[in-house]
Amino acid sequence: MISALILSFKSGTGAKVAWTGISNYVRMFSDKVFMQSLMNNFIYLIIQVPIMLILALILASMLNNKDLKFKGLFRTAIFLPCATSLVSYAIIFRALFANDGLINTFLIKFGILDTGYSFLTHATSARIVIIIALVWRWTGYNMVFYLAGLQNIDYSIYEAARIDGASTVQIFSKITVPLLKPIILLTAILSTNGTLQLFDESVNLTGGGPANATITMSHYIYNISFKYVPKFGYAAAMSYLILILVAVLAFIQMRVGDRRE
Amino acid sequence: MSYVVLTIVSILSVFPLFWMLVASTNTSVDVTRGALLPGLAFLDNWKKLFAAQEVGTAMLNSFKYAIVLTFLAMLVCSLAGYGFEIYHDKGKDFVMAIVLLAMMVPFAATMIPLFQMVSKAGLLNSTAGFILPTISTPFLIMMFRQSARSFPHDIIEAARIDGLKEYQIFFKMFVPTMKSTYAAALTITFMNAWNSYLWPKIIMSDAKSFTMPMMVANLIEGYVTDYGVLMLGVLLTTIPTVVIFFFLQKSFAEGITGSIK
Repeated sequence: MISALILSFKSGTGAKVAWTGISNYVRMFSDKVFMQSLMNNFIYLIIQVPIMLILALILASMLNNKDLKFKGLFRTAIFLPCATSLVSYAIIFRALFANDGLINTFLIKFGILDTGYSFLTHATSARIVIIIALVWRWTGYNMVFYLAGLQNIDYSIYEAARIDGASTVQIFSKITVPLLKPIILLTAILSTNGTLQLFDESVNLTGGGPANATITMSHYIYNISFKYVPKFGYAAAMSYLILILVAVLAFIQMRVGDRRE
Repeated sequence: MSYVVLTIVSILSVFPLFWMLVASTNTSVDVTRGALLPGLAFLDNWKKLFAAQEVGTAMLNSFKYAIVLTFLAMLVCSLAGYGFEIYHDKGKDFVMAIVLLAMMVPFAATMIPLFQMVSKAGLLNSTAGFILPTISTPFLIMMFRQSARSFPHDIIEAARIDGLKEYQIFFKMFVPTMKSTYAAALTITFMNAWNSYLWPKIIMSDAKSFTMPMMVANLIEGYVTDYGVLMLGVLLTTIPTVVIFFFLQKSFAEGITGSIK
């Protein structure tokens, strides 16, 4: 870590490094691709994390119902995506949404489209595909955390609420959410952290394209340091920005979490 | 209502995996035609895959790295978590704070210095290089520390009086009682090790040390993608983690429950 800090003030290629002060940091903010990757990470963060966490919460509270049948089956099915490797699911989604992939084949069969829509070469649809893939992969994971948290809530509270005539929505917003708050906070921090570090999906689903529209910061740092002429100093400067961002976001989330108490 | 939502979500969760299974038994042409039933091309795909890539080597490598890492990480992290909870020392809280801080550090921030260290130590393309950065993970230490909290201190005192050595207390008493935590930690570590992509991509340049995810990612780099072969590769990458997940699913949920109480 410390050597990364030192490195971020140096520049040069490969082994030849020299001190350059803050020029790496200045350069970062005028680097369009880097700013794009920063923006992409935030798009994923702002859209994907809330959708996923809310979905996971709803599913978990549905599964917490004692009278529900086939509970184990549903739970296993929803958690199953988590057992797939990141590279694997990125490739599965890439194949599903390819020009001649299954989604397009069906859209054509049902007459919604005449020719295949190239999901992965249009900026907006490529981002949507990444978000769908992320939600698919991680919802079950977060759901397990919520389910574990719900185990610690006395089930009689729910029964009492139902006898008092509370609706499902009320039970959800007045009992489940407040009592699970510490775990929601934990999952929010873990997801934020994970989203800012996205790499496998960007590389294997879209390759960062079209024209860097879906590239993530980690992917760009990787490209800068290992794919093209290595610029370790510049890459280290960028990685420090991620570190600061993660720390700041986690701090904000903890503050927001505390205030609601 | 719950049933409808849960059924739809379950189908959506399982479908991409089902499709992967089906696609691996079909020819590429059938896959793009939207085949949803198992085909007859499994053996052909198998031959093509093994002819195109060194699947056996990658499989062996992945198993080797993941098993060595999982074993060592279990040992190191559970010892650390146990130590943090059971022993009292002046510097303990300070060290724990640093460990927690390290949990927030994104991998992208440490990736370049780590690469330089590993490369200076001559550990590129080696198992040691693969496992070193992740042998000790803050998340696991936290998990073991949380569960060590439920381990009664009286028993330790009693064992000491009976003349048991400290390491004997750990191996003969703590380890057997913490089975579900170990199972959860094992599942998480093995999956992370098996799925890791960025780190091996950086340090493994020799085709002989490639891992399964790297091998599969290589399959999409050509211009024409043979979907049948590709999905067979994805399938082979996915099977080990899914198997582990099914075996340890129950204790995994228990371990998570224990550690977030």
